[in-house]
Amino acid sequence: MKSDTFSSTVQRAREAGLVIAAFGMVCAISGCERPPVESLQGGYRGLAMTTLINPRSDAAIAAKNQVPAVIPAASPDGPLASTVYSNVRVLKDLNVAEFTRVMLAMTQWVAPPDQSCSYCHTSDMSSDDKYTKVVARRMIQMVRHINTHWKDHVGKTGVTCYTCHRGNVVPQQVWFTDPGRSNTSGFIAGNAGQNAPAKSVGITSLPYDPFTHYLLTDDNTLRVISNDALPDGNRASTKSAEETYGLMIHISEALGVNCTYCHNTRSFAAWDASTPKRTTAYYGIRMVRDINTDYLVPLTPTFPAHRLGILGDVGKVNCATCHQGVFKPLYGESILKDYPELAGEMHHEPPPPAPPPTASLAH
Amino acid sequence: MAMLSFERKYRVRGGTLLGGDLFDFWVGPLYVGFFGVTTAFFAAIGTLLIIWGAAIGPTWNIWQINIAPPDLKYGLGMAPLREGGLWQLITICAIGAFVSWALREVEICRKLGIGFHVPFAFSFAILAYVTLEVIRPFLLGAWGHGFPYGIFSHLDWVSNTGYQYLHFHYNPAHMIAVSFFFTTTLALSLHGGLILSASNPRKGDAMKTNEHENTYFRDTIGYSIGALAIHRLGLFLAISAVFWSAVCIVISGPFWTRGWPEWWGWWLNLPVWN
Repeated sequence: MKSDTFSSTVQRAREAGLVIAAFGMVCAISGCERPPVESLQGGYRGLAMTTLINPRSDAAIAAKNQVPAVIPAASPDGPLASTVYSNVRVLKDLNVAEFTRVMLAMTQWVAPPDQSCSYCHTSDMSSDDKYTKVVARRMIQMVRHINTHWKDHVGKTGVTCYTCHRGNVVPQQVWFTDPGRSNTSGFIAGNAGQNAPAKSVGITSLPYDPFTHYLLTDDNTLRVISNDALPDGNRASTKSAEETYGLMIHISEALGVNCTYCHNTRSFAAWDASTPKRTTAYYGIRMVRDINTDYLVPLTPTFPAHRLGILGDVGKVNCATCHQGVFKPLYGESILKDYPELAGEMHHEPPPPAPPPTASLAH
Repeated sequence: MAMLSFERKYRVRGGTLLGGDLFDFWVGPLYVGFFGVTTAFFAAIGTLLIIWGAAIGPTWNIWQINIAPPDLKYGLGMAPLREGGLWQLITICAIGAFVSWALREVEICRKLGIGFHVPFAFSFAILAYVTLEVIRPFLLGAWGHGFPYGIFSHLDWVSNTGYQYLHFHYNPAHMIAVSFFFTTTLALSLHGGLILSASNPRKGDAMKTNEHENTYFRDTIGYSIGALAIHRLGLFLAISAVFWSAVCIVISGPFWTRGWPEWWGWWLNLPVWN
């Protein structure tokens, strides 16, 4: 009798086990993709520096990265806008037709359709009463600055308002300093800014605000790997290594690529083993810092409170702001080529070439 | 070659899978058999091909010799010898040698009239290798996805393949496999320690037996799995480790192309807490 009870218990345990296993399999499979996948070889054969693309998962991202219709080019003739309109402070080099075209384009790319011009302008078009106009003016300067001084990152493709805004008044992917979470009870007062499945770092447990540290200042503690064997004097902590890793995961997720797109993981630090794309990313990190510190942070008092973060800081950019899941924003399609008004000052001598960056690639 | 007195009793003809009496004999202590010959054939050819590959390569440095699979552009076709064809032939030889060895084990089991547990266990090691070099590359559409033959180069492959999924420790099957590997070593060390302690009593004492062994674990953790079942458990843990290793790599790529951390979205999105 006793053994019968025992065997029926075993039987029930087996059935329960099977049910749990079946449930687990369903969860696991429903979380997965299916073959076939596409692959791109990025290094010597057998090195596995490969990019894998699942075309079915990629289709959704591709649909979001289409270039909008181009507004017909403006006539190069006509009086300068600054002589016709008052309070033109930045686009002084454009004629009226070009100036109007830029305004139209910004309406199409940024302003909500139901507000159009009035999103930035009052009935007196020259008035600076709306903060949005003040911000927009600075953003035009920023776009021209990027297109003339950060060719190392944006190349000839360049950027326009649409690269980030995509029809939104605030780009969908901006970041604010995350103050972290604090516990009101328990042994641990806070989570030290990590150990939460955070979207900013690809839902890993890594420190979830690597941006404040690395994208706001020229903080090169990003480099945690020692330069020689048996290092001494490397003060990088485990947490700063994980913060570096968090930023790198952000870059990967923002570009829809994996680590081997830029690095041979045998040595993340070694430039001679990295792909040329790492150089582009190097300039990208510095470009983002430049945008944040020179253009966005100074605009903090201009914005109303509801546009600011929980600590009262302005919305800032990271890699995802432009890239939005694609290795080149909008798959490398240049909008700028159709909008020379945004490439830099027009109808003047070309600006002097950008000085070579002083930072050395080697460390 | 010395032979224990009872060994001759078990040296019986027959039980072969292929070839009847062909090669059904012993050389010294070693059973030859049809599959012994094919093992030696494939192993010799494969090793010579590796040496040839090293000879036409840039280095004889044992750490740096690298015989790499073809470029991805060759897909599932054959590649020129110097551009990955050698890797393809060596892979065929390796599979030929491994499978021959497993079948030779089967023949020996049949001669002895014992179960097939040893070839069954070994076949999981073969499964892991075939998964890496054949099944996964086949599912991804190119032999170039296999790992290269070289001490450093295969480690580079492992590292880069892991980082293709940003953080491989988030791979659920990898988690299970690693847990089984650690459990295997834990179980083996507990078992090994127990046997050594029972067989090494204080000087002058008699060697201890099952009762002592069982009592030790009953006193410590309330349960002793027993002398036979510890080996069943060991076999289960070890083949589970290898099986889940094969699963964790075959799902990486064919069934998941993004970072493994992202895969856990389904967990975070469960309606219980979302």
